[in-house]
Amino acid sequence: MKPLIALFAREWRLSIRVGGGALMGALFFLIVVTVIPFGVGPDLALLARIGPAILWIGALLSTLLTLDRLFQGDRDDGALDLLLMGDTALELVVFIKCLAHWSATGLPLVIVAPCLALFMNMDPQAILATVLTLLVGTPALTFLGSIGAALTVSLRRGGVLSAILILPLTIPVLIFGVSAASSLLSGPAGFMTPFLILCGLALFSLVVGSVASAQALRLAAE
Amino acid sequence: MALVDFANPTRFVALTARVTPWLIALTIALFAVGLYGTALAPDDYQQGATVKIMFIHVPCAWLSMFVYATMAISSLGTLVWRHPLADVAARAGAPLGAAFTFVCLATGSLWGKPMWGTYWVWDARLTSELVLLIMYLGLIALWQTIEDPLKAARAVAVLTLVGVINLPIIKFSVDWWNTLHQPAAVFRMDGPTIDPSMLWPLLVMALAATCLFLTLHLLAMRNEILRRRVRTLRLMEAARPGVGSERSA
Repeated sequence: MKPLIALFAREWRLSIRVGGGALMGALFFLIVVTVIPFGVGPDLALLARIGPAILWIGALLSTLLTLDRLFQGDRDDGALDLLLMGDTALELVVFIKCLAHWSATGLPLVIVAPCLALFMNMDPQAILATVLTLLVGTPALTFLGSIGAALTVSLRRGGVLSAILILPLTIPVLIFGVSAASSLLSGPAGFMTPFLILCGLALFSLVVGSVASAQALRLAAE
Repeated sequence: MALVDFANPTRFVALTARVTPWLIALTIALFAVGLYGTALAPDDYQQGATVKIMFIHVPCAWLSMFVYATMAISSLGTLVWRHPLADVAARAGAPLGAAFTFVCLATGSLWGKPMWGTYWVWDARLTSELVLLIMYLGLIALWQTIEDPLKAARAVAVLTLVGVINLPIIKFSVDWWNTLHQPAAVFRMDGPTIDPSMLWPLLVMALAATCLFLTLHLLAMRNEILRRRVRTLRLMEAARPGVGSERSA
């Protein structure tokens, strides 16, 4: 347990310090959400209707943007080889790394989401639903995204490729996240079903993401 | 000779050379019978002659999933047994699968325009099939990006296996979500619901398309094996001492 806590602390410190770029994702999120009203026009009723979807897409894009930092730095300075050689199971290492990455880049997205929701003219209930779904959904995005980051770790410019590989896998999360977040617009009854499916998807992606990324890292190191 | 012996790439190339002419002939014969049957099949009482698009569309849709399943099994071979032929099979399958998926989507939208009044709807099955096409293209992109074919094969295998989740979603999307695309009509627990006059040309066409895939897949695998040999020979040539200095001298 102790090495895992140490690893988490290391990852977290690295991402919030200078050069870590943790807040870059949140800033990108702000910009995406700001750009949308210029695209669709400042119609407040329309913005309120598409608000949850815009926040979700913004969060998805921001998550993809920061993913290349997940393993790249460790590979460049050789830390990844040490982690591969260590006694701790690589799946657990990946799990902790993703968790730390999420708490540094995903959690800020969830925290700023309510402020951005005000730009979208959303009512308090819809804001609450969107923040809840993002809280559950962004870890799923990070863990699924780690697969792309691990597959492209040995490439010089893997960022775009990683996004192309990962986006199809994130579609179910997006579907159920948005449908749970928008369900409160029609009534509270429809919230729980998609929300529980989203929770299931999140748990599923914790496992699939850790195992597949660890396997990809092992293969890339050979 | 046991089946295992065919797993040797050299024997495999020799075998494909012998089998391919027969497979090509079989494919042409099946397509001839299938297309003839399609021409003879009666028009639908509601859809008219557009129903004939189905004889191309449905086999392509089946194959789009069948090819992915083949690639997933090959990926298991890559990861578990590290077999070079499995890498080759997975690599040769991806463009074929993408082509079948594309034909399926294109014929489907051509059929959708007169029947549904639109080329495209964001229906569950159409969307999941589109996701399948994107995944095929992503796999091809990954193959093209990593230079070392062995490393590329392993990376692609991991991604292929993760993407298998999409297959049941495509298959059962029409049952889980009540959407515009019609539910399964051929493979059902209570027997097919299409008339025999349309069913048999459809099955022949499906068989013909499968043979077409097998033929193209074998040829593509053979090309890939030869391409790798050429690559290895080139690398050996480049690594031979003195070659570079002679050229510069």
